[in-house]
Amino acid sequence: MKRLISFFLLAGLTLVACGEEASQPVPEGIDGQTITLLTHGSFWVSEGTLQAFTDQTGVQVELLEGGDAGEMVASAILTAGNPVADVLYGVDNTFLQRALDADLFEPYASPALSNVPSALQLDGQHRVTPIDFGDVCINYWGDRFDETLPPPDSLDDLIDSRYAGQLVVQNPETSSPGLAFLLATIAEYGDGWEEYWASLRRNEVAVTTGWEEAYYGQFVSGGGDRPLVVSYASSPPAEFIYADPPVVSPPTGVLLDTCFRQIEFAGVLKGTPHQAAAQALIDFMLSDTFQEDIPLNMFVFPASQTAALPEAFVNFARLAEDPYQLSPADIEAHRNEWTERWTQIVLR
Amino acid sequence: MTLRRLAWPVVVLVPVAFLGVFFLWPVANILVRGFTGERLWGLLRDAVFWRVLWFTVWQAAASTVLALVLALPGAHLLARFHFRGRSLLRALATVPFVMPTVVVAGAFTALFEQFGLNDGAFRMRHTVWALLAAHVFFNLAIVLRTVGSYWEGLDGRVEDQARLLGARPGQVFLRVTLPRLAPAVASAASVVFLFCFTSFGVILLLGGPTRATLETEIWRHAVWRGDMASASALAVVQLGAVMSLVLVSNFLQRRRGGREQTRLVSRPVPSRRLLGANLGLLLVALGLPMLVLVERSLATGYGYSLGNYRALTDRVTLLPVSAMTALGNSLLFAVVATALAVVVGGFASLVVVYGRRSLSHFFDFGMMLPLGVSAVTLGFGMLVALDAPPLDFRSWRWLVPVAHALIGIPFVLRTVVPTLRRIDPKVREAARLLGASSFQVGRLVDFPLAGRALAVGAAFAFAVSVGEFGATSFLPRHPDRLTAPLALFRLLGTPGDVLRGQAMALAVVLMVLTGLAVLVIEGRPRGRGVVRGDF
Repeated sequence: MKRLISFFLLAGLTLVACGEEASQPVPEGIDGQTITLLTHGSFWVSEGTLQAFTDQTGVQVELLEGGDAGEMVASAILTAGNPVADVLYGVDNTFLQRALDADLFEPYASPALSNVPSALQLDGQHRVTPIDFGDVCINYWGDRFDETLPPPDSLDDLIDSRYAGQLVVQNPETSSPGLAFLLATIAEYGDGWEEYWASLRRNEVAVTTGWEEAYYGQFVSGGGDRPLVVSYASSPPAEFIYADPPVVSPPTGVLLDTCFRQIEFAGVLKGTPHQAAAQALIDFMLSDTFQEDIPLNMFVFPASQTAALPEAFVNFARLAEDPYQLSPADIEAHRNEWTERWTQIVLR
Repeated sequence: MTLRRLAWPVVVLVPVAFLGVFFLWPVANILVRGFTGERLWGLLRDAVFWRVLWFTVWQAAASTVLALVLALPGAHLLARFHFRGRSLLRALATVPFVMPTVVVAGAFTALFEQFGLNDGAFRMRHTVWALLAAHVFFNLAIVLRTVGSYWEGLDGRVEDQARLLGARPGQVFLRVTLPRLAPAVASAASVVFLFCFTSFGVILLLGGPTRATLETEIWRHAVWRGDMASASALAVVQLGAVMSLVLVSNFLQRRRGGREQTRLVSRPVPSRRLLGANLGLLLVALGLPMLVLVERSLATGYGYSLGNYRALTDRVTLLPVSAMTALGNSLLFAVVATALAVVVGGFASLVVVYGRRSLSHFFDFGMMLPLGVSAVTLGFGMLVALDAPPLDFRSWRWLVPVAHALIGIPFVLRTVVPTLRRIDPKVREAARLLGASSFQVGRLVDFPLAGRALAVGAAFAFAVSVGEFGATSFLPRHPDRLTAPLALFRLLGTPGDVLRGQAMALAVVLMVLTGLAVLVIEGRPRGRGVVRGDF
């Protein structure tokens, strides 16, 4: 039933996307400027997408990559006030408060925000703008489950002895999906999360340092023997698109009741001499041209409701209806204490 | 005369400026920025910190000893015997250097699985043994080649004499050969130790989630916890430890390094048993993980084929450029980094060997430090320090090869210095008596003699650059300048068999290209220079 609902939700998004996009007026005086967009290492859009922005506004965009999301935020904080770029893209809700506390961004409310669900707009002062989102959920390998042993349904099921030795997760102190999954359990169980993880440990949960080692090392997909892994809601479409040999449907599925929502934001960096051009780029990042290009390049969902989803996403990507969430302030206030306790419970 | 007067200041100033601007200034900046004495005192009272420090030291020491023990037979073979495929073997041994850790970790895990070592009584996965095995895999070549090329130049008649006097082979090695090899062994050991001391990916991936070293702790505190004060305090400890280690190793090297005449050595063909045993050892230590990788790169959905390799020229939507272009970028950066490392490291070696005492000590010491400082400290330091004119380099395209060169310089220094020191002063005196300026002596005597060592250093600098990931990922860079290791990580960062297959194929191509490049770097025409034979 839930699958059916999310299918209609996505189908709805696709229909809306057929409407015409209102074009933004181009601010004066930015023609001929060059601005720099600082991103994390997983960023890429199709060739020509940024050219569309240059055609509209006369502003050239240079891309600059700076490590993974955590490294990029840490280095942006070190260079606060004298940034290497004009716009930063890729800070997510688990690191957002740290970036806001460091006063990295110039507030800007894009008119295009009207197309973005308010649930994604976490900063009331509009210092950052949501660009995309995705869910971190337990993925399962379909072949390993059947009527006698159906895939687990919820976080509770994972501590059931029938699923002993089947789950691999990532260390929340070294991996963002690992942190997201820890946050999901904290959102679900409150103070009871410690007891929950003690039970997971008794149920022989495996821990890796990073996503690659979990997914390609211990999960069935890469030749490992564990059929349950913490990954993304968009992993099945990737498994489908990059299958070898091609398949009719992905070999993996997602447990939609275990998801934590990750939202990625962009913001105009304080200290930029190109404020108007930077704001125009934020507008552009919410345009359908840019938004529709996101899924197949970065395997996350566009934030704008007017953007159409590619076929593989419509067919094989599912979003949680009611994902787990915690406020960025809450995460920032407790992250170090939570991960410290987690280390004590699970690794020591 | 004017040329000579001009040349020496250049020889001194180029390394000083390079190290000063791109290393000392950034590192000092980042340390000062986050450092508060309080955090350091807090660390010193923390039991966890001492455990981490102890583990960092002993795993590096154990890795170094293992690499030394396993590499010496091979170094002997390379130094004393002539056989077909000798230079190929030497090039192949350097290849592990370029392998991205995540791929090696994958290969080792697959290997453990093959031999049933993932679980059970002889479990390797996530143990310190896995970590040591990987460190040996990465660092064997340093010993094999640094010691091997030095050994080649040693006068073999001393051993012959000992043998004539009735010494057994073991005695000859322990009491005659080993003491004379000491400078090269100390050189190689200090480089391996520093590499393992600041090893990052190997510890994270193969050590499992419970192992931590100073390097991984600095990264965790700076990046994941946003706690620059703790990260800086740890970085200060790391720097202090590295400095004392370098001082000790330099002292040992100087004390042991004696002058010795360089001789033409006739090299016999090794017996089959010797060759077989040596190759077997190297095959187990270096070959198996590489073979696993080749196997996996050939596996496609339809059985074994070259499909993954063919796909490398097409751009995947996830990547800004095709994997092949990324390889091209890596090679270009590596060429630039190697050139920088050879020039700066070569000049620095001259200063270490021929400079005034204090200058020599300063260079010997300073040029080693980049090897022992964390990639986080260096990367973040560059961002903070190089941000204003005239040093506005933060998004400069060539900052990546500059960072790579910093890591390559110690290799050049550590292979060239022992060789230069070994040169008999009489050769130089003779040249000078015949009217050569000291510049000419350098050009006509030192350079040809040190050429082989310089080539070995260059080969290492090249390999380090091609495979470097840590510092590269911290530096802001343009996406179309994606390097092969970064492309590989991105391919491995999304589910799907096609991407994984391509990543493996890319790793293999990276291996092959480095092997070839190392062959080219070292494949100088025979018989040129003052002393023939060992080059």
